[in-house]
Amino acid sequence: MRELRIHGRGGQGSVTAAELIATAAFTAGVYSQAFPAFGVERRGAPVQAFVRFSDEKIRLRSQVYEPDYIIVQDSTLIRDVNVFAGMKDGGIAIINTEKKAEYNIPKGVKLIIIDATKIALEEIGLPITNTTLMGAFAAASGEISLDALKDAIFDRFGEKLGASNFAAAKRAFELVKEDKL
Amino acid sequence: MTLQIMEGSIAIAETVRLCRPQVISAYPITPQTHIVEGLASIVADGRLDAEYICVESEFSALSACIGASAAGSRVYSATTSQGLALMTEVVFNSAGMRLPIVMGIANRAISAPLSIWNDQQDSIMMRDSGWLQLYAEDNQEALDMHILAYKVCEDHDILLPAFVCFDGFILSHVYEPVDIPTQEQVDKFLGEFKPYQKLDVNDPISFGMYATPEYYLEFRYEHDAAVKRAADALRKYGKEFKDVFGRDYSELITTYKLDDAETAIVAMGSICGTVKDAIDEMRKDGKKVGLLSIRCFRPFPSTDIAKALSKVNTVVVLDKNVSLGAKGAVAIEVKEACYGSDVKIYDYILGLGGRDVRKKDIKAIVDLAEKGKGDMFYGLRQEVL
Repeated sequence: MRELRIHGRGGQGSVTAAELIATAAFTAGVYSQAFPAFGVERRGAPVQAFVRFSDEKIRLRSQVYEPDYIIVQDSTLIRDVNVFAGMKDGGIAIINTEKKAEYNIPKGVKLIIIDATKIALEEIGLPITNTTLMGAFAAASGEISLDALKDAIFDRFGEKLGASNFAAAKRAFELVKEDKL
Repeated sequence: MTLQIMEGSIAIAETVRLCRPQVISAYPITPQTHIVEGLASIVADGRLDAEYICVESEFSALSACIGASAAGSRVYSATTSQGLALMTEVVFNSAGMRLPIVMGIANRAISAPLSIWNDQQDSIMMRDSGWLQLYAEDNQEALDMHILAYKVCEDHDILLPAFVCFDGFILSHVYEPVDIPTQEQVDKFLGEFKPYQKLDVNDPISFGMYATPEYYLEFRYEHDAAVKRAADALRKYGKEFKDVFGRDYSELITTYKLDDAETAIVAMGSICGTVKDAIDEMRKDGKKVGLLSIRCFRPFPSTDIAKALSKVNTVVVLDKNVSLGAKGAVAIEVKEACYGSDVKIYDYILGLGGRDVRKKDIKAIVDLAEKGKGDMFYGLRQEVL
């Protein structure tokens, strides 16, 4: 079983990202599970959402403490929240930030820094980075395909919003895949 | 069977639609909200021919359900926590009137202090109301139990309302694969609601009138007998359910690796999934641990439980509720069921108000039981000790 933990702030679509990633994984034939950290829902507050991937039915209901992957939608969270807590050796951390910074990441964790806000502003016109980071996650982890992600995004957002959100996801996917960050 | 992935609440709303309730009345409350929003959309979109009665409170929601059920309709409601507490008077009334109402409970803690998070204190609070109480381990069970509940409740030998309990947030808000049955399957299994008796202006009767001291005792006796009869009805229709849907609900308890176990964990609801994963890890370490999951808390399957626990040395009861000043409600019942046996039974109150329960917690509790330490709140912050 592999586990993803998404860190964001209320209003950034972390829960939606978890749901769409789980949906994309499930349609490709693995068992998946997505759920929020059930915090007090308000804009700007630190939130977490989780995804599990497994070849067998998932029974575990606790939160994710030892993730294989993390996505950080807002790098200012790193001041207050230990987003890297419990990360597995060989794990992947995807962080949205415009400026490269030195992070105290655990041993063996691969760091991917991406300016998802810039991509989202250019493609969607809003600084909502969840779909962009889903594209980066698909490329970095291999847990979900770009095609499955496309279906999940269009299914949730419809034609118009789906197109711009998928454009952002695809751009991030290609940047990570081709190592052009 | 076709699995699809969706949020638990939406899956429940879609399944309720397949049960063809004629009247729905509910008041939104976290974490049940998505269910009633989903059903409101389904009715508004014309996907279900039902009357959706908007009300100003949970008290009115269940009151509307009483009227509609007494008039001969299949009805549905859903609530949780404070909403259920506000309904209290109507909960007891609807059961006493023997109305086959099905109500989903997205289990949540009770105030004060305010908590929107999961435990099972709310439905346990209604232990003595005369409603049946089913507890789901995952969303598939939550869906299936809604269908099964209608079948059992509407049986003319039963005529009782039922809670279908699923852990708030943990199940209501999780995206996971479920098999939504087909309309043909549900129609075949449930059939049309045939009321035993109903309000009719041309043939007037009364429901819930007062009973003098000469008769009240008999009403309670018959109500109690019906709740007890529901055990066999659940087994019978649970078996029929398997014939139609392929999933077996013929037992009021389920077990996991219990046959050769020395220690049995007893639990209800979604925690059972985490317990199973913990058991697999403990077994690898050579510990013979198994699980007894209680699917039905009312009627309480005492005989089944006593039999299933007859070979173990130690029983660990996990209670997501507490009867303050006594023990957890499940432990009280399990101890009663095993009265006279030599088995050691320890109770652990845990996971209240949304406190996360991990595999390591289950293992730590089994270690405590092996050392003879139990009947305690597990995982308390040190400052209160």
